Amino acid sequence: MSHEHKLAIFRGTLKFKSNTQKIWGVLIFLSIVTTIEVALGITKPEILVANTFIGMKLLNWIFIILTLVKAYYIAWDFMHLRDEKSSLRRAIVWTPIFLVSYLIFILLFEADYIYNVFKDGFIQWNF
Amino acid sequence: MDSTITTGAEEENVWGGGNRPLGASYGKLMMWFFIVSDALTFSGFLAAYGFSRFKFIETWPIADQVFTHVPFIHGNFPMYYVAFMTFILIMSSVTMVLAVDAGHKMMKNKAILYMFLTIIGGAIFVGSQAWEWATFIKGDYGALETKGGRILQFVKADTGERAALADFSKEIPSERVTQELNNAVWYSSEASLPSYTVNEVTEGFLADPNILIRTETITEDGEKTLLTREESLTKIKDAKLVVEGANLIRNEYGSRLFADFFFFITGFHGFHVFSGVVINIIIFFNIILGTYERRGHYEMVEKVGLYWHFVDLVWVFVFTFFYLV
Repeated sequence: MSHEHKLAIFRGTLKFKSNTQKIWGVLIFLSIVTTIEVALGITKPEILVANTFIGMKLLNWIFIILTLVKAYYIAWDFMHLRDEKSSLRRAIVWTPIFLVSYLIFILLFEADYIYNVFKDGFIQWNF
Repeated sequence: MDSTITTGAEEENVWGGGNRPLGASYGKLMMWFFIVSDALTFSGFLAAYGFSRFKFIETWPIADQVFTHVPFIHGNFPMYYVAFMTFILIMSSVTMVLAVDAGHKMMKNKAILYMFLTIIGGAIFVGSQAWEWATFIKGDYGALETKGGRILQFVKADTGERAALADFSKEIPSERVTQELNNAVWYSSEASLPSYTVNEVTEGFLADPNILIRTETITEDGEKTLLTREESLTKIKDAKLVVEGANLIRNEYGSRLFADFFFFITGFHGFHVFSGVVINIIIFFNIILGTYERRGHYEMVEKVGLYWHFVDLVWVFVFTFFYLV
């Protein structure tokens, strides 16, 4: 039983000496990302709130991207997917990504349609 | 490559069966199966939340204005406590990885210590969530509901702060009391009455020119619409009900679905954390008893660790979609 861990993160730019060190490194990284998220959530910079991209505020895009970054490091280093065979990794990661993207796409489109029905319909909802 | 614990035969025999093409044990694969399916369940909830939110995009409550409390401290602190909870959960995830790492190296005492810290972290998180629920259910300012089920909140005109119903409502003596099972004609009881009647709130509102109404509708700046005094005076005539706090039917924060999803998603997640803590406690005692020492490997710690990290992973998403976005 050997315990070889892949000890480099950020595509090899940051290398750790031991697995324990890597764990603390990842923790620091995750804490920084969370702090950035909370800071942005509290200050809400004007530029990020005023501008939108595909119907959503830039701020919200940043939140979602940072969340996915956090999810990546939790799955890769805490759940040590980095050390698993790539076939297992792909089976675990791509299955939900495919299904969830489809679900989100279809539900959000439908929701937007219903929103417009409520808005443009002849029935008054706000009274 | 073989960094994780292997328990099966090491020889690979292509046609003889018993191959392990994914290089992981049966138990670990099954844990991953469970995690993927559970991830789809949570995605279903969050996608449903997104659906309802996009449907009522103009009137959805703003999380900053709902979750503003920190235990033992008064004041307006949006987000801080949830951020703290997130940090606690990530921290307990770290101690879990350290426990798995110690298990790999067959260091029993270290594994015990780290498992213990993980359990403590999980307990703090569940406790915080219970507190968060209690605060949410209790509510703080109170609001009125209109005939159409919209929520009207109150704001002080001079400071721009929220006004609680207790700040301006008039006490009007009334004989209306909560109907209990034993004194009702048809032996049906009712939920406890709110602290004020619609009439008391309306009278108080009319008497105090400093109070304005804030509606659910979000303006282009991303803030809730604040009505002028004249508009407020017309709007208050629509009021039908006093709403304090939140339940599954109505809540003082705005859209009814908001509270429903809050209870459902954070409740389901909290249930996962709770079961995680229970499982961690079982594993903790198994380590102390030396079960894995005798078995020769600590794979059980690793499998439970996978579940625990998954719970953390889900919280990262819940945090983003419920509190930040």
